Amino acid sequence: MNKTVQRLVVEKKEIVNKDNFILSLKSPVPLVEVQAGQFLSINVEKSKDVFLRRPFSIHDVNYGNNTLDVLIKSVGPGSAALKEVEVGDLVDTIFPLGNSFTMPNKGEKVLLVGGGVGIAPMLYLAKVLQPITSDINILLGSRKGEDQILLDRYAEVGNVLTTTEDGMVGEKGYVTDHSFMKERLQDVGRIYCCGPEPMMKSIAKLAEEKQVYCEVSLENMMGCGFGVCLCCVTDTHEGHKCVCSDGPIFNIADLKW
Amino acid sequence: MVDLNVDLGNGLVLDNPVLTASGTFGYGTEFDDFIDLNRLGGFVVKGTTLHHREGNAYPRMAETPSGMLNAVGLQNKGVKYFVDQIYPTLTKYQSKVIVNVSGSTIEDYVSCTEYLEGLDGIDAIELNISCPNVKEGGMAFGTSCASAEKVVAAVRKVYSKHLMVKLSPNVTDITEIARSAEASGADSVSLINTILGMAIDTNRRRPLLSTVTGGLSGPAVKPVALRMVWQVANSVNIPVVGLGGIMNAQDAVEFMLAGATAVQLGTANFIDPQVTVKVVEGIEVYMKEHEMSSTKDLIGGLIL
Ligand SMILES: Cc1cc2nc3c(=O)[nH]c(=O)nc-3n(C[C@H](O)[C@H](O)[C@H](O)COP(=O)(O)OP(=O)(O)OC[C@H]3O[C@@H](n4cnc5c(N)ncnc54)[C@H](O)[C@@H]3O)c2cc1C
Ligand SMILES: Cc1cc2nc3c(=O)[nH]c(=O)nc-3n(C[C@H](O)[C@H](O)[C@H](O)COP(=O)(O)O)c2cc1C
Ligand code: FES
Repeated sequence: MNKTVQRLVVEKKEIVNKDNFILSLKSPVPLVEVQAGQFLSINVEKSKDVFLRRPFSIHDVNYGNNTLDVLIKSVGPGSAALKEVEVGDLVDTIFPLGNSFTMPNKGEKVLLVGGGVGIAPMLYLAKVLQPITSDINILLGSRKGEDQILLDRYAEVGNVLTTTEDGMVGEKGYVTDHSFMKERLQDVGRIYCCGPEPMMKSIAKLAEEKQVYCEVSLENMMGCGFGVCLCCVTDTHEGHKCVCSDGPIFNIADLKW
Repeated sequence: MVDLNVDLGNGLVLDNPVLTASGTFGYGTEFDDFIDLNRLGGFVVKGTTLHHREGNAYPRMAETPSGMLNAVGLQNKGVKYFVDQIYPTLTKYQSKVIVNVSGSTIEDYVSCTEYLEGLDGIDAIELNISCPNVKEGGMAFGTSCASAEKVVAAVRKVYSKHLMVKLSPNVTDITEIARSAEASGADSVSLINTILGMAIDTNRRRPLLSTVTGGLSGPAVKPVALRMVWQVANSVNIPVVGLGGIMNAQDAVEFMLAGATAVQLGTANFIDPQVTVKVVEGIEVYMKEHEMSSTKDLIGGLIL
């Protein structure tokens, strides 16, 4: 699908908790088709401290309303400035960027794993998976109970499982410690994972041991976001590949992890 | 009517003064979704070497105030791959196509150029003697007059079309190197390549780039680049192509007033992939407003 530079209108800003917020961005023209796993980049014009565009996963898509949602965690000047945008503001975006998750076989058991703000792409992915399989398991991990967000929304699209390191919500520990991993992983046809790199690496290791197909969504630092600067590379068995254009979704078998 | 044509010499005439900077524009085709490439004076494709190069390890990029550091290290699949796979996709464009050539030895530069010499669709080469991100060669050739002369003269022998030489700002006196390039047969010089820089993550007490140092680009370098373009334009008789931090038409006009015959846009493409076309339009508007009918009125038009 062709990439476009578009000024989208902030239709809604939803503050989820102290760090996370969702922007619903409306396209003035019919929305181009967006695949699960793709991302958009935002030129944060509001902040003088931010020079390069910032990439964010597509969290949800509403073709009827021509809106794209992004779930953003405020971690630095770019994301903090985006938290200050107001309904009606225009946001300079480029989308759709990157490749997408591959689809499972009909009816296959799938496991979606999201850690921290890595849960963002999993909502739209689950929605896209719904017509293909009803056995959608969504494992959401966070450090603290208060960081477990949007559980009701994920529950609408799959069977939600949770872990927290402080044990306040769901099972205590890391996502890899969840009982699902011990008891049911062998029945899973595909794992889709997005989160901090150490978490994705441990999921990848488990998947490899149990020989379950697994895709991860990488979040390397980006210069351009559309494959021309070669700043965002990851090491694969076929050499350096760009996370922004060859990825962000990679089959773990291709990565040199 | 405003005539945006510029003549860089030895057959390289551009419809307008706007080129793109190597390493920031891929092979051009990546921009097809965003702009009509035929609106550009031309585009300079990514750094090409004789052999395949994997480039440096990640992280290769760090954002810095009004700019960025990069340490890509000339990742490319080699000139053979370029000729077989990429070149055929570039012949459809009317705008000029320039290949940026790099190497670790003079022989590498020469052999790489020989692959490009016979290609009708390649209008010029830009000899990169200024890459700060490779261990051998690269910038080393562009920081002494003697080595600059040697590599430019050697490439000149095997290349008959337009030879642009890209200069490094990481020198005490850039005009000396520019004159060496001119004396050795360069048809034009382009400047600046990135300025060697560094950034540190204080929490981790580690450099932000895998290579520790990298090349600074973007608006942060513009005043330095402009000063160098001004100095070089006043000390050589061949055309100068100006770049470094150009983000809009006004920046481009500044470089041209300082003496640049054409400009290149690099990092600006990352923030706005349509910026090049906007700059073409903006230069035209500026010329109309200032009642300039030819780019000759603009180039070196600085009033002192
Ligand atoms: C393909 C992709 C999809 C992404 N999706 C989302 C998303 O849906 N929601 C979301 O909140 N964030 C997402 N991110 C991360 C987001 O881009 C960064 O958090 C954001 O760019 C930070 O900008 P900043 O100016 O706020 O902070 P900066 O000052 O740039 O960074 C603050 C801190 O975050 C770290 N950081 C910055 N960028 C990244 C990155 N790309 N990966 C890991 N650490 C980083 C920096 O090292 C620094 O420590 C995604 C990144 C990529 C590459
Ligand atoms: C990511 C990146 C890669 C680059 N790669 C090359 C290259 O391969 N060859 C080259 O001559 N210059 C390269 N450059 C330098 C640019 O062409 C240009 O000289 C420099 O960035 C200054 O211009 P700017 O501020 O407009 O970007 C690169 C710059 C960047 C940011
Ligand atoms: S961010 Fe520029 S190539 Fe990926």
